[in-house]
Amino acid sequence: MSGNAILLDPTSELSPVAKQLLPRLRTLQDVTIGLLDISKPRGKEFLDAVATFLEARGATVNRYSKPTFTRIAPRELNQRISSECDAVIEGLAD
Amino acid sequence: MAEVHPSKYALVVKKACPTCILIEPVIRHLAASWGEDLTIYVQDEPDFLADLPSVVDDSALEFSYRSAIEIVPCLIDQSQAGASEDRVSGWDRNQWQQFTGIDSLGAGLTAFKPGCGSKTLDPGMQEQLMLRYGQHQFNARNIELAESEDELETCFERGWTDGLPVIPPTPIRVMRMLKDFDLDYQEVLGLLPPDNVPCTIEKVAINAVMAGCKPEYFPVVLASVRAALQDEFCMHGLLCTTYFSSPVMIVNGPVVRHIGMNCGINALGQGNRANATIGRTLQLLVRNVGGGKPGGIDRATMGNPGKYTYCFAEDESDPQWPSLAMDRGYHRNQSVISLFAGEGLQPILDQLSRTPESLSKSMASSLRSVAHVKRFGMADAILVVCPEHRRVLRDAGWSKEDLRRSLYDELMTPGSELLPGVGGMAEGMPEKLKDKLLNKFRDDGLHIVSTGGTAGMFSAIISGWVASGERGSQMVSQIID
Repeated sequence: MSGNAILLDPTSELSPVAKQLLPRLRTLQDVTIGLLDISKPRGKEFLDAVATFLEARGATVNRYSKPTFTRIAPRELNQRISSECDAVIEGLAD
Repeated sequence: MAEVHPSKYALVVKKACPTCILIEPVIRHLAASWGEDLTIYVQDEPDFLADLPSVVDDSALEFSYRSAIEIVPCLIDQSQAGASEDRVSGWDRNQWQQFTGIDSLGAGLTAFKPGCGSKTLDPGMQEQLMLRYGQHQFNARNIELAESEDELETCFERGWTDGLPVIPPTPIRVMRMLKDFDLDYQEVLGLLPPDNVPCTIEKVAINAVMAGCKPEYFPVVLASVRAALQDEFCMHGLLCTTYFSSPVMIVNGPVVRHIGMNCGINALGQGNRANATIGRTLQLLVRNVGGGKPGGIDRATMGNPGKYTYCFAEDESDPQWPSLAMDRGYHRNQSVISLFAGEGLQPILDQLSRTPESLSKSMASSLRSVAHVKRFGMADAILVVCPEHRRVLRDAGWSKEDLRRSLYDELMTPGSELLPGVGGMAEGMPEKLKDKLLNKFRDDGLHIVSTGGTAGMFSAIISGWVASGERGSQMVSQIID
């Protein structure tokens, strides 16, 4: 070993592996889109408008909401969305 | 250390010890009598007793450390290793004669001379030996710096700091942080947000070193992390919010005196190492282990200076004043840390009130400004009562509970006064509450703590997160072990 200084890594040491994106949707016709409301004020109005837009283009829209915006979504909710939808749009922030 | 055939007896000496020099005839007597049954370990000068065949250089102190030598000279019967009477230390002629079974041993020497401290106990040596030979090893990745690399600068460049310099976390410093505690370094305290990464005691110690903690602060740091990881505290949301808030820590109990925390003049300000570094450690952990950085997951619009560190102690000098920890069900002789999601400090200047009734009205009026004067039940708060205001209450026979009740009454407000548009302000409470009587704070949403110097009729408000309560963050407490 050389005499150089050694420091102990203070981080999580997560080596980020480049993730592959899922294939992008080519059309909105006959696909199911999940809309996730994180339970912030006015999120519903925004997502209502998004739903109208998507449905006009042939998509089926499923609505979901987190119990509270302060916590990450429960695992069961993530699993439900991933099993029921082809894609998801999350209404973040106010 | 050279390979040595284990002998029945081991003798540990150092040349710098006058007692070891004194008993040189004894050592030679034993070496002649026992031959290969004796190995002599020399801690310092390898030339000491060098003519004896059974001498081993233990300047690396491996044998001495593994044998837990505290005093030299030390003669060990290795066939009895681990037994409580497996050794004699220092020089006591009768004891040595009895231990060795040699009646004539040291006959010409003084009967008694105390030994010297083993080199293993020299200042700074324990942590080096623990690193080299100890049971506990670190799992963290070793980062070797280039010869030209500056230790402090590299911590900045790697993104490990809060913007101020940190102490470079060398293995020896981290071992020094941990060596006095019987801890499993790989114990996981919980998943640290936002990345939900297992947070080990070792990672806490590394970040405590960086924050500048002394080892004696470490139990408080561990308690603060355990508190932050309680679900009720909602560290994840607190970290992500656009609002100002971050963890505010209040320490109660004997530990405040033991580690010299400040609960007097400038208690919430700079200048006290324990106050400053304990609070900073949690912030560094969230950054480094949790992965929460401003502009990344931390989305605060402005943040607040308490995100560097926000930790203080309560002044518990008045036995009539129940501490925050006591309000939360603990006893005064327990050391406790409480975490609150809050920010900043809003002064309550009241230099004229000489009755509790007047003072309470002043405080209540100021408390209305938490988050927004027309927003009720949204953000919790801590009322920080200064010693002079405490005196006004005490002189009139008011208890802390009396103050709490009075504030509650003062803060009841008809919903009709808080509606959007009232006072020309669009902000306000929902229309449906117009006929209700509302309180500024939800039940258990106003905490009262006392600290600060004895001069100045200046109390203060630490305003809470607007997501206070079950839907967001509630104050949490943790006993400091």
